[in-house]
Amino acid sequence: MNSTALITMLLTQGIVISFTAFFFYKVLTTPPRQEPDSFEDNDEELARKND
Amino acid sequence: MTAKVESWGSRVGLILAMAGNAVGLGNFLRFPVQAVQNGGGAFIIPYLVCFLLMGIPLLFIEWSSGRFGGKFGNHSTPYILDSMVKGRLLKYIGVFGIFTNIAVVAYYCYIESWTMSYMFHSVMGTFSGMTQAEVSAFFTSYVDIGHSTTGIPYEAVVFYIICLLINTFILSKGLSGVEKVAKIGMPLLILFGVVLAIKALTLGTSGASEQFPDANAWDGLNFLWTPQYESLWDLKVWMAAAGQIFFTLSVGMGTIHCYAAYVKPKDDIALNSVSAGFMNEFVEVVLGSLIVIPIAAGYLGLDWVKENAGFGMAFQTMPYLFQQWGEVLSVVAGVMWFGLLFFAGITSSLAMGTPWMGFMRDEFGWGRNKGAWSFGAMALILGLPTVIFYQQGVFDEYDYWAGTVSLVVFAMLETILFSWIFGMDKGWREITTGADIKVPNIYKYIIKYVTPLMLIIIFLGSLFKPLNNDWSGNVSNLLSGNGWNLDNGSIIKTITHAGIHEQIAVATDATQIAALEDKIFYLNMARFLLVGLFIFISLLVFIAYKKRVKEGRATL
Repeated sequence: MNSTALITMLLTQGIVISFTAFFFYKVLTTPPRQEPDSFEDNDEELARKND
Repeated sequence: MTAKVESWGSRVGLILAMAGNAVGLGNFLRFPVQAVQNGGGAFIIPYLVCFLLMGIPLLFIEWSSGRFGGKFGNHSTPYILDSMVKGRLLKYIGVFGIFTNIAVVAYYCYIESWTMSYMFHSVMGTFSGMTQAEVSAFFTSYVDIGHSTTGIPYEAVVFYIICLLINTFILSKGLSGVEKVAKIGMPLLILFGVVLAIKALTLGTSGASEQFPDANAWDGLNFLWTPQYESLWDLKVWMAAAGQIFFTLSVGMGTIHCYAAYVKPKDDIALNSVSAGFMNEFVEVVLGSLIVIPIAAGYLGLDWVKENAGFGMAFQTMPYLFQQWGEVLSVVAGVMWFGLLFFAGITSSLAMGTPWMGFMRDEFGWGRNKGAWSFGAMALILGLPTVIFYQQGVFDEYDYWAGTVSLVVFAMLETILFSWIFGMDKGWREITTGADIKVPNIYKYIIKYVTPLMLIIIFLGSLFKPLNNDWSGNVSNLLSGNGWNLDNGSIIKTITHAGIHEQIAVATDATQIAALEDKIFYLNMARFLLVGLFIFISLLVFIAYKKRVKEGRATL
């Protein structure tokens, strides 16, 4: 593989992977909103906390 | 009596479902071919520019419109748009957001059924020992439904119906069913993609043969990624990049609105939308570029790839190439490749069912089962002609009008509506409310001016597509007073079947002329079905409006 192609590929894919990872990491680490939020899975946890 | 409104299980589930909606077969088959045909590595520059200027803004518009409509209990585009703007007629623009999905799923499920069938054939070892020509011929005989490759009569129809049944059954479980499929399908898709990409990256020259002594996987990557900067000045490349961004993100369909309508008003949409958008880009730019082209170049050489790069490679070439990996690995690779395509397909086709179900529940109180099975029945009625008359071009006709033109028209209209009628001040508030990231202010101006302009250009570009797709040449012609020559693929010429009429004019064989005239008949039949569907949905929207008036729920 020639070096220009390799640089273009690595640069492009690096940018895309970095942004994807960054945004997904933010999604995973952002604390959930106060209920009622849009998601059902955490409803029981909060109900337990309220008890 | 209104059925209970559903909600998403988790934020990750919502993002995976949205990403699954966007990730489709085009990520693996259309993107690398577009890149190869449009300047290799230089294609990525206009592609990323279009992602930032058109893709991200459209995601913001559709997510925020959906969440806004959901606030008023609307989960499909006709009444999402109705809740945003005054005017009795504007809700009919939203008909596209249901029509497109039903029409597209009708033929999309056929491709999805090919992936199921090819997975089955990979496991059964059908392709074992076949030459490349035989693998290619297998596909041709498969879609010619009169022939059977397994002994099952009308095999293609059987697989198609099984595929529709799977989709309908999952849809009948509601959003939780869709979310579960996305949570299983997306990680598996990425895993399969990574394994195949690693295999492609390590192929090198080991696939060279007597017939193709120069075959080298790296040549494929070189060709794909070496920038040809002069192509940046070619309008055709920019049109291709904009088109690819548009179709890869599944914008202009109404599915994003529908999914986002289940997000509560105070919850984030800004981070969710860019996260789902970038996940799609990861699958497309990283995985999509590292599988088909390098593997094909590794066994068949770059010249073959340049001549044959296209959608058909997935089914007509890949099974043959996998055979070169030995008996066991070929089965594993076949299952992974067609499994990957299946998951890419099903996460999109499931999304297409939700706007209809949401509409019928909101307006007529239909439950999940009724909504899902009626959707499946409509898809079957509309889809069978694409299966039975595939060779006559019915499939392509659906793809052109429902899968291409409708998307562009709807995206253009909804963007103008959002930016200029709903208004950018309200629109910006909707985008940024509850946002977990800071949305750069520049997007306020991009959404208002740049995105609508780009969409108008794309629409006009499809309407007046120049001869041989030679944009630069035709613009020069126009400026020098020599007029604008339309391509037979332009909307204007497609309406009149200009290409087929030209073929008839030069044909001398009576059988060929009869076949071409038959083709016009089948294409008109396909258009009749599509127009019928559009009128049917418009009528339902009208009945829903009358019902709302009666119940005192109608907006002015």
